Amino acid sequence: MEAFLSNIDKVVDGFSWTVRLTLFSALFSFLLGILLTAMRVSPVPLLRGVSTAYVETIRNTPLTLVLLFCGLGLNSALGLSLAGSVAWDVFWWAVVGLSAYTSCFVSESLRSGINTIPLGQVEAARSLGLTFTQNLRLIVIPQALRTVVGPLGSVLIALLKNTTVASVAGLGVQEASREMKLMFDQGIAPVLPTFVGFAIGFLILTLPLGYFFGWLSKRVAVAR
Amino acid sequence: MSAQNVLFDVPGPRARARYAVYTVFTVLAFAAALAVVYLGFNRTFGEGAPPLLSARAWAVNPEGQWAADKWAPFLDPATWTDYVIPGLQNTLTAALLASVLAIVFGLVFGIGRLSDNRGIRTVSGAVVEFFRGIPLLMLIFFTMALPIAVNQLLQAFGMPPLTPGTFQVTALTAVVTGLTLYNGSVLAEVFRAGINAVPKGQSEAAYSIGMNKGKVMRLILIPQAVTSMMPAIVAQLVVLLKDSALGYIIAFPELLRSFTLIGTRYGNVIPAAIICAVIYVVINISLSRLAIWLERRNSRRGRATPHVGAVGVEPSDVEPVGAADTGKRPDEPGGH
Repeated sequence: MEAFLSNIDKVVDGFSWTVRLTLFSALFSFLLGILLTAMRVSPVPLLRGVSTAYVETIRNTPLTLVLLFCGLGLNSALGLSLAGSVAWDVFWWAVVGLSAYTSCFVSESLRSGINTIPLGQVEAARSLGLTFTQNLRLIVIPQALRTVVGPLGSVLIALLKNTTVASVAGLGVQEASREMKLMFDQGIAPVLPTFVGFAIGFLILTLPLGYFFGWLSKRVAVAR
Repeated sequence: MSAQNVLFDVPGPRARARYAVYTVFTVLAFAAALAVVYLGFNRTFGEGAPPLLSARAWAVNPEGQWAADKWAPFLDPATWTDYVIPGLQNTLTAALLASVLAIVFGLVFGIGRLSDNRGIRTVSGAVVEFFRGIPLLMLIFFTMALPIAVNQLLQAFGMPPLTPGTFQVTALTAVVTGLTLYNGSVLAEVFRAGINAVPKGQSEAAYSIGMNKGKVMRLILIPQAVTSMMPAIVAQLVVLLKDSALGYIIAFPELLRSFTLIGTRYGNVIPAAIICAVIYVVINISLSRLAIWLERRNSRRGRATPHVGAVGVEPSDVEPVGAADTGKRPDEPGGH
């Protein structure tokens, strides 16, 4: 255990990348998820089609493949660069991949939230003369968001755990699981305490998030 | 509510004109995105590329990813027999093994969490929450490092290390172990929610005709729980199949690994990625359709599928949302 604790700076550094990946990807996937949902329920058939096709394709592709595509395809093969230094370049590509993937799940959650809103709400809004956009912005999305706080929490936790995949070939973000693997392989610290230490690190992040979203979903639930 | 029909009126002439304008914009944006992708992978975009409007930029570049010889390997049966089919076999083997083991694991710990014995309940709860709360990839890495861990433990207790070669962990073992522990824990919650959702009268009636606890569980609760949770179980198996691609990271020769090998061998990363994605999407969409069909069948028969929340969230905490009319559940597991 001492060997693990004496390397605590590496652990903290790994988790700092994990948290950064999670925060940025959460932000972008939330925004993209709302956009996809709005497209999915829009009056323009083509927008609906594009959104459906995107969600169904990416949702059914393994995240590893999505990230490999960003890493090997876009970053290495095409030489597209998002930042000056390698560490930040792979970081931003990982954020792109994770956001592209997670936004599908955000959109699916929101859409099922929209489906819970009673018809009367939307009919009333429309009879007041609200346009589609106003209807979505003022009536539908706020209520849908409140219903799906729990599921969105699940998506966020899944995203946090998915950030570990960003250590795959072609990206190699120095996040927690990669630090753990390096510590295993280089014999820096014994395997068992290292694993337990990193596992506790992840539990410290995921469990409170789960309880928080459980509490929040009750708190903001729409009384019907 | 069926959003699609209610959020907007049947368009009149002006709205139709407006929608037509939106459609044109969408087509333009979509075409622009496609063009960038095409030119990008054609290697005729960005610095040093021929001008955008020249014919040279749009012609298929033999150096680019769309060149015919980059796709030719996929017309060669040898590519399929040497790479794709063995990869697919490995993926399906891992997924199938892990599915069976995960269902067993899930049943054991799901029922364990409902035990009357407080010790069993606590231990099962801790196991399930632990494996559900940490990333699958960490479990795979740990399983791979298990021989090192055993030797280190033996050393710590002053015993001689294992003879090399007696205890080895193959990539397949590591993938299957990781998938089993993680998905088994999720399935444990699924089973628990399903058993809890069986009406109380069922077990009361069973007890009153003299069944003991084991029989009530085995004959009354589990069959009903499994039927009602079938959509969630299949949905989780889709996640499991998708996650088997994590084996790529530890060099398990599964489908994704096969395609990266093809990609490096023929220098056709993009065609390989596209065909690989198509295979995964086809398999997963068929499985998802099965889950949706099962859920529709359940709701036709008046059995709603109960709901499972995230780690740390009690199943009962989350209201079932909008299950019936879309056939989709809001928390279809977020990938892992």
